[in-house]
Amino acid sequence: MIKVQREDFDVGAEIERLTAGRHDIGGVATFIGLVREFVGSAGVGDAKVGAMTLEHYPGMTEKQLAAIEAEARQRWPLVATLIVHRYGRLEPGERIVFVATASAHRQAALEACAFLIDWLKTKAPFWKLEETTAGEQWVAARDSDAAAASRWVKKVAE
Amino acid sequence: MKILYFAWLRSKVGIGEEAVTPPAEVKTVGALLDWLATRGPKYAAALANRSIVRVAVNQEYVGGDQPLKDGDEVALFPPVTGG
Repeated sequence: MIKVQREDFDVGAEIERLTAGRHDIGGVATFIGLVREFVGSAGVGDAKVGAMTLEHYPGMTEKQLAAIEAEARQRWPLVATLIVHRYGRLEPGERIVFVATASAHRQAALEACAFLIDWLKTKAPFWKLEETTAGEQWVAARDSDAAAASRWVKKVAE
Repeated sequence: MKILYFAWLRSKVGIGEEAVTPPAEVKTVGALLDWLATRGPKYAAALANRSIVRVAVNQEYVGGDQPLKDGDEVALFPPVTGG
């Protein structure tokens, strides 16, 4: 299931809903992304982030997230999956994204969860505008995110 | 044809959305970007570095050789930074 929303979400309630009434789930893996207060890696003297605004491409966002979710369900034996991604203005400590994968066994759940967040970061059309002590700036895409996503591409070729 | 701009492409161009009618010889995404860049200094600045401009046609990622047709929704945006 895909949810793109402005409002916050309740992690416990989301997991509860995902697993309610099912007896075929052996494990649930989750990832929660939060707004960090520092830019990049935490260095002394770096600009601090007061807030960020997440912009997205309504329509394409849902389409891309659904495609990524379908890809995960094709690669791993998943019983249930959930991606919640927020947009709008968020302050440090606030939740941005939630990924949950449920499977009969832990390995599929853990791997699929990592895959979903890695692929989402390089494919879902979201952009972050940071309000920092040094002014506003659009967050640049990171090579490390592309590298993290590409390991799942190699896996298919093996 | 509808063009959408997101993130800093929107800030640089100054608008989020517009309807355009490119000349008949503009048949691909690459040719469309070339043509858009000629429409003024803001467009030229926004499209100066093509390596950091991503394009989606009808909400699917495409490359520069993607053919275009009437009624396409073309979105221009920087590499994505969600998650």
